[in-house]
Amino acid sequence: MTSPTKAEDSGSAVALDPELAATSEVAKGAKKLEGRSPGQLMWQRFKRDRTGMFCAGVVIFYFVVALCAPLLTAISGTNPYTLYGQDPTYADQPVLDDFGLPLGYFGGVSADHWFGVEPQYGRDLFAMLVYGMRTSLLMALGVTTLLMLTGIIIGMVGGYFGGRTDYWLGRVTDFFLSFPQQLFFIAFMPVVTAFFVDPREETPTYFRALAILIVLWLLGWMGMARIVRSTVLSLREREFVEAAKVAGASPGRIVRKEILPNIVSPILIQFTYQLPSTILTIAFLSFAGVGFVEPTPDWGRLFAAGAKYAEQDPAFMFFPGVALVIFILCFNLLGDSVRDAFDPKSGR
Amino acid sequence: MSENLTLPAQQGSTDPTPTETLLEVKGLTKHFPIYGGFPIKRKVGAVQAVDGVDLTVGVGESLGLVGESGCGKSTTGRLITRLLAPTAGQITYAGQDITHASRRQLAPVRSEIQMIFQDPYSSLNPRQTVGTIIKSPMEVNGINPEGGREKRVRELLELVGLNPEHYNRFPHEFSGGQRQRIGVARALALNPKLIVADEPVSALDVSIQAQVVNLLQKVQQELGIAFVFIAHDLAIVRHFSQRVAVMYLGKVVEVGDRDSIYNRPRHPYTHALLSAVPEVEISDESESRERIRLAGDVPSPIHPPSGCRFRTRCWKAQDKCATEEPPLVQLSGNRAGHLTACHFPEDPTTEARDEDVVLDPALKALEEDQD
Repeated sequence: MTSPTKAEDSGSAVALDPELAATSEVAKGAKKLEGRSPGQLMWQRFKRDRTGMFCAGVVIFYFVVALCAPLLTAISGTNPYTLYGQDPTYADQPVLDDFGLPLGYFGGVSADHWFGVEPQYGRDLFAMLVYGMRTSLLMALGVTTLLMLTGIIIGMVGGYFGGRTDYWLGRVTDFFLSFPQQLFFIAFMPVVTAFFVDPREETPTYFRALAILIVLWLLGWMGMARIVRSTVLSLREREFVEAAKVAGASPGRIVRKEILPNIVSPILIQFTYQLPSTILTIAFLSFAGVGFVEPTPDWGRLFAAGAKYAEQDPAFMFFPGVALVIFILCFNLLGDSVRDAFDPKSGR
Repeated sequence: MSENLTLPAQQGSTDPTPTETLLEVKGLTKHFPIYGGFPIKRKVGAVQAVDGVDLTVGVGESLGLVGESGCGKSTTGRLITRLLAPTAGQITYAGQDITHASRRQLAPVRSEIQMIFQDPYSSLNPRQTVGTIIKSPMEVNGINPEGGREKRVRELLELVGLNPEHYNRFPHEFSGGQRQRIGVARALALNPKLIVADEPVSALDVSIQAQVVNLLQKVQQELGIAFVFIAHDLAIVRHFSQRVAVMYLGKVVEVGDRDSIYNRPRHPYTHALLSAVPEVEISDESESRERIRLAGDVPSPIHPPSGCRFRTRCWKAQDKCATEEPPLVQLSGNRAGHLTACHFPEDPTTEARDEDVVLDPALKALEEDQD
């Protein structure tokens, strides 16, 4: 992904040089005809992949929805915290019957409540879903970025310096890999929380988010570190690295300029696999009751609630479920497409 | 191509003594340790890739380094450029000891010693444009040529016979020969005084080899750059180098000016190497050359033979060869600067002898059948 921007950069640098402006115009024209960078080639391959383009659109749509959650709820005129079924302000527009089940069809879908309402409390499902997506997507993005960065740094250091450094970093990676992840997510969350917050007080929401971040980060970076390490290990022996050494380049420069641009593809591909799986993990944590709690809207918590209401109001699970399935599917397909686009041998 | 290339007489090649020493290598040794054992790994041995190599390269002189695969040529080149740290010995560049210099201490010398690599496909970063690749040595060394680095890169591209407009292209758009030219341009970017060329043409098509070798020769003659030219193609070395060093199993067995080595070799191994070069003429009348066929492979550098390292494959080997290591000295009848490490040197000729030396038993049987 860096290559197109880099090519543009060098192009503008050319244009800035008055002496060579004329020749650079020619060079630019020629470049449009034949000189395509690996990044441009990749983009072309990607554009040809209809599935990939469609999924990219869907994924972008989800992120836009998540970011614009307040705007969307302003349009629908609802918010995720108001108990429409219990709040006396809304007594003139009943949404729940005497048993606490939504009035109307399909979980109480109406002009006011587009996706229906939650049984018992009468909260608006549409507002809860878009806000819940916001929580989940931003958390997942944060966690994924953190563990990518950690993995890249640890993998690069191990792969580039090799020897003893690599050995010990490898053992640390093995150590973290040996934890049974799901179990430790559940077990560690209360521990991390209790470590910072007095159990008698209520845990603030931001701290719950932080705890999730820390736990998922500590137990999640190893895959990335291994991938980066192996890639760097093979790149390190290539002759262009030796050429940089002969020129007197510092290890920092070699890593930044020579190695990093070459591991962008595996990093990007890993990212597109990691993000949806992190969303699922966060949803799982909330479902298991160690993630976000009432009243924070969260995707995973909607499933926990949906499971509770499944017998009386199966429609409640419908919208969050469909949304999640579509998102994960599209993101995984997008990951496949990105991988194919980066691999010239994929034949697309 | 060999015959065409080898014909022209080199300038000043008859004068074997170089004007001024640029690089001096003394007793250069590189042992790669082998670790083994469980649970605690210990050093159990060492690959003696280079074991006591002495070389000198004069200012503007081209030294060819030839030898069988695995004899330590490339390792020697990498030691000279300090990509590897020597186990022992001394490397002196322009009077400065760089044997154990750190990266910062090496900085001023770095721009003067450059390297051209064997594989043009892995020696260029696939993610950088040609301009970036050639420019980066200048960036690292903080060199700002007149008119800007980009102008200099375009000049270099022109010098190596590429279109300056290829500046913004990526390596994957070029053929092997063009890529190797880019590698040459990168090595030239810093105005080096010494270039270590590690088999620069062995990965190339034969028709392209000539182009690149001629380019290197042009560069060497016009810019007065000294070369350490590592190759296993004897014809190319003969074409390119003024002096030639023959290596066997981590040691220099014979060194001298080109004509002495090619026409008056003394070491049996040099004889064997030269006789292995295929010839175009097959007529019986023309002066035929000697034929020597060695048997087996180079011995393991982990346990090299005692004494003379070539003795296990030498047809003249005697007891003395196993006990005493022959020093690299000038033998009587050799020109000045022609040094040979052998107890029982051959006659200084490549003419055919009465009987071919065939050490390979299978080949011998075959030949006897034919006779």
